[in-house]
Amino acid sequence: MDELLRDFLTESTDNLGRLDREIVELEQTPDNRELLASIFRTIHTIKGTCGFLDLQRLESVAHAAENVLVLLRDGKLAVSAPIISDVLAAVDVIKEILDGLEREQAEPAGDDAGLLARLDRWLGPAAAPDEGDDLSALFAAAATRAPVPAPIAELAEAATTPGRRGRKQTNAAKAPRKRAAQAPAAPAVPSAAVATAPATEPAPPAQAPAAKLAAAPTPASAPAAGSIAEGSLRVGVEVLDLLMNLAGELVLSRNQLVQLAQDDENSAYRMPLQHLNRVTSELQEAVMKTRMQPIGNAWSKLPRLVRDLCQASGKQIELEMHGADTELDRQVLQAIQDPLTHMVRNSADHGIEPSAERAARGKPERGLVRLESYHEGGYVVILIRDDGRGLDVEAIRAKAVDRGLVRPEVAATLSDAQVFRFIFEPGFSTAEKVTNVSGRGVGMDVVRRNIEAISGTIELASVRGEGTTIKVKIPLTLAILSALLVQTGGQSFAIPQVGVLELVRLTAENRARLEVINGARLYRLRDVLLPIVPLADVLRLPAGTEEHASIVVCQVGTQRFGLLVDAIFDTHEIVAKPSGRMVKQIHYYSGTSILGDGRVVMILDVPSLATLACSVEGVQAHDGAGAEAQAEAERVALVVFTAGSETARAVPLSRVSRLEKVPARDFEFADGRWLIQYRGGLLPILPAAPGLELRALDPRPVIVFGDAQRTLGLAVDVIHDIVEQPLVLQRRSLTPGVLGTAVVAGRTTEIVDLEHYLTAAQPESGSAEALGASLHALLAGADREVLTSALEAMLAQLREEVAV
Amino acid sequence: MIYPATQPPGPAGGAAGGAASLSSDHGFVSFVLAGERLGIPVERVQEVLNPQAISPVPLAPDAVAGFLNLRGQIVTALDLRARLGLPARDGAQRSMNVVVRDRDELFSLLVDEVGDVVEPAGRAVEPTPPTLAPEWRACALGVLRLEEHLLVVLDVDALLRGEAAGA
Repeated sequence: MDELLRDFLTESTDNLGRLDREIVELEQTPDNRELLASIFRTIHTIKGTCGFLDLQRLESVAHAAENVLVLLRDGKLAVSAPIISDVLAAVDVIKEILDGLEREQAEPAGDDAGLLARLDRWLGPAAAPDEGDDLSALFAAAATRAPVPAPIAELAEAATTPGRRGRKQTNAAKAPRKRAAQAPAAPAVPSAAVATAPATEPAPPAQAPAAKLAAAPTPASAPAAGSIAEGSLRVGVEVLDLLMNLAGELVLSRNQLVQLAQDDENSAYRMPLQHLNRVTSELQEAVMKTRMQPIGNAWSKLPRLVRDLCQASGKQIELEMHGADTELDRQVLQAIQDPLTHMVRNSADHGIEPSAERAARGKPERGLVRLESYHEGGYVVILIRDDGRGLDVEAIRAKAVDRGLVRPEVAATLSDAQVFRFIFEPGFSTAEKVTNVSGRGVGMDVVRRNIEAISGTIELASVRGEGTTIKVKIPLTLAILSALLVQTGGQSFAIPQVGVLELVRLTAENRARLEVINGARLYRLRDVLLPIVPLADVLRLPAGTEEHASIVVCQVGTQRFGLLVDAIFDTHEIVAKPSGRMVKQIHYYSGTSILGDGRVVMILDVPSLATLACSVEGVQAHDGAGAEAQAEAERVALVVFTAGSETARAVPLSRVSRLEKVPARDFEFADGRWLIQYRGGLLPILPAAPGLELRALDPRPVIVFGDAQRTLGLAVDVIHDIVEQPLVLQRRSLTPGVLGTAVVAGRTTEIVDLEHYLTAAQPESGSAEALGASLHALLAGADREVLTSALEAMLAQLREEVAV
Repeated sequence: MIYPATQPPGPAGGAAGGAASLSSDHGFVSFVLAGERLGIPVERVQEVLNPQAISPVPLAPDAVAGFLNLRGQIVTALDLRARLGLPARDGAQRSMNVVVRDRDELFSLLVDEVGDVVEPAGRAVEPTPPTLAPEWRACALGVLRLEEHLLVVLDVDALLRGEAAGA
């Protein structure tokens, strides 16, 4: 390809990425002259170069768009949605032509008459503007507005729109950029770039010159620009990838050398090694920096997307973006681009209600989609939040049952967070109406898979009527990952840090919290029962001595589980390598790595291990065999107990928060019901069978349940077992408190209807309102002392409810 | 787009040292496995290594002994005794590594001893006798009749394929 044409294409593609965003910004801030000037300049540059390269179609489109922009800039035409739409259409055609140029090195054929006519329509009676004069006037204006030296102006621009100048900037170019951001003449530009209030607009006094100068001509269009252009270099991405791989290898060799030398205090290699150590670290860091890009690059298409969606649907949506300058590796950036776009589209299309509906609900008519990004440890967190209608838990629950993802009996017992996880299942979409933008039911499962593929995690929280928040956590870079080294059965394994919440060392004191019930292990971690996956069992290794046994508490989505290992070493920076085709089918590994001492370790795949942890969701296949996975599909962990009679009864483990043994004397009767003092509050106790004498057994096992509002202790005689098996209700029950009968572990077992007991334990549920009402009743005619004591009791109860 | 993709450097130069000395036209690298003499075509062999530290991989197919680190590259070690249904090596005996490359992946065939490179010297590889055990027949190219004994010539692709290898 012609060198000139290649340069032109690269330059234009970079500029066009910015153009979409700027034009959308312009629609919202029509008076922003700097923005207009920038847009005008980009189009003008493209048009100008077309002349050199004899690209007639491109030139005619760019020219027509430029004419409209000139009128806008001169104030002869007011910015309006139809104009913006036409200009955006022109930008689309320009992109299309550029794509064609890149493919075939010639302009693709096409008829632009319609577009040109639409653009020309705006010109009206005014004569075609003479852009030459206007341009020089603009340059003059920019120059007079420039009280600080030009290089700093350039740097300020680089800081406001990082990465826009080229695909890649060398580290050398980055360093001065940083200096510029710190220099007093150009204070750090606010990291929050709000679409409706672009970063160039807010102008606190000290920053005004820099902000103004952000609109100064780019090197592409202005001969005045020099410093950055000379200090930066376009480098092929392949070269950077290669550098990154080599740096990774070097880190491994360095680690091996350091380990070898560690044993020998007087080694002659000691000093040179220290030097090598430092240089390698710096090299690795520098190479990583060259690949770092601000996350804003992945966001640049979103304002346009939201704008088009608003136009199509008649909604009003504001897109806020915070932390666009958060940097991460380009490989990670590429991997999250599509998932991000999809999630924002979902929020805007499904989350935000039409204006009328919002008004009817007393919300501001303008919906808000807010993107936020920040660093947290070695990770980047991205939050996508909307103030829309939120997710309908019951609709999702019903749909999950409908789709056969979960049985009705089980669905009824799932918590909201568990229900929301179905959103990430293949083919699951709750949109009742399929729009042309989204809602085809291919999405969130792909989003989740893409994010998990780069060792990221995704969580979703939603409140009906108030909105939805999605939290994505991804590593800064894929090349080197931070991993925890553990040992089981005499072998070492690496666990990526991203999924690790905390580590629990088993001591004589807390070992009792590790309960083994018929092979199924649970650990009482504060107020939750944590399902335990013993790594040795999973990998069929000899069980360890448990002397130094520890639990690695992991989280996948909203599911937590503990991995029981023989020992935990420290964390290592490791370079992940594929594990080869012969062990690829073992899903418990995500790759291999070479440690400092040269040993090869397997990297454990936490999401696959999580499926073993009494998964209620259990849809993911975690073993190669399809049939086996099918059989695993709807396994539910059940706590089996008896109370009052020999009849076996069971509740889903997922609803159980703790298993307690309560001394007989602790059961107290007050206010017509049984209570125990529990964790600083009072826990209502219900006998699991009528007529059960609570104090007859010392201590008596109690199964503690609870959700956000309600708690309950179910007093039983014996807790027999925890059984994991497919739950098939054979008969539905008419008896209150019994959901139905099923065969559990070979015995006919009653499945307990928890809702019945939870409601029974909280007769005044609806708590605060009910309390308020009774308070009014009290105030109607009680003397002061009675009132005070009653208030105190109520406050105590409120506190209890809040604490729970 | 502007700069042509730079090829990553090929496999480390060390590969040449081992393979070069073995390189000859259609010879066979011979080795011993539980007293049996076997061989593979010399052009498939990248290098021969002394006993190496091998990290086992739990749940891997029986024939996969684990991974070893060859100058920073991960090599899948294949226990040829297990692969061919021979009794396991006794614990004290350490195995030699015959490293082969297949589709950009490195494999090490674990054998008891590595022998000479056998030149066919005009002798043809004869078809595998039907009396051979099925595991052997499935991965044998044929048999070479030597002066003192027979050499079973193995098919590297079949060794690396097959159910027992899990691939």
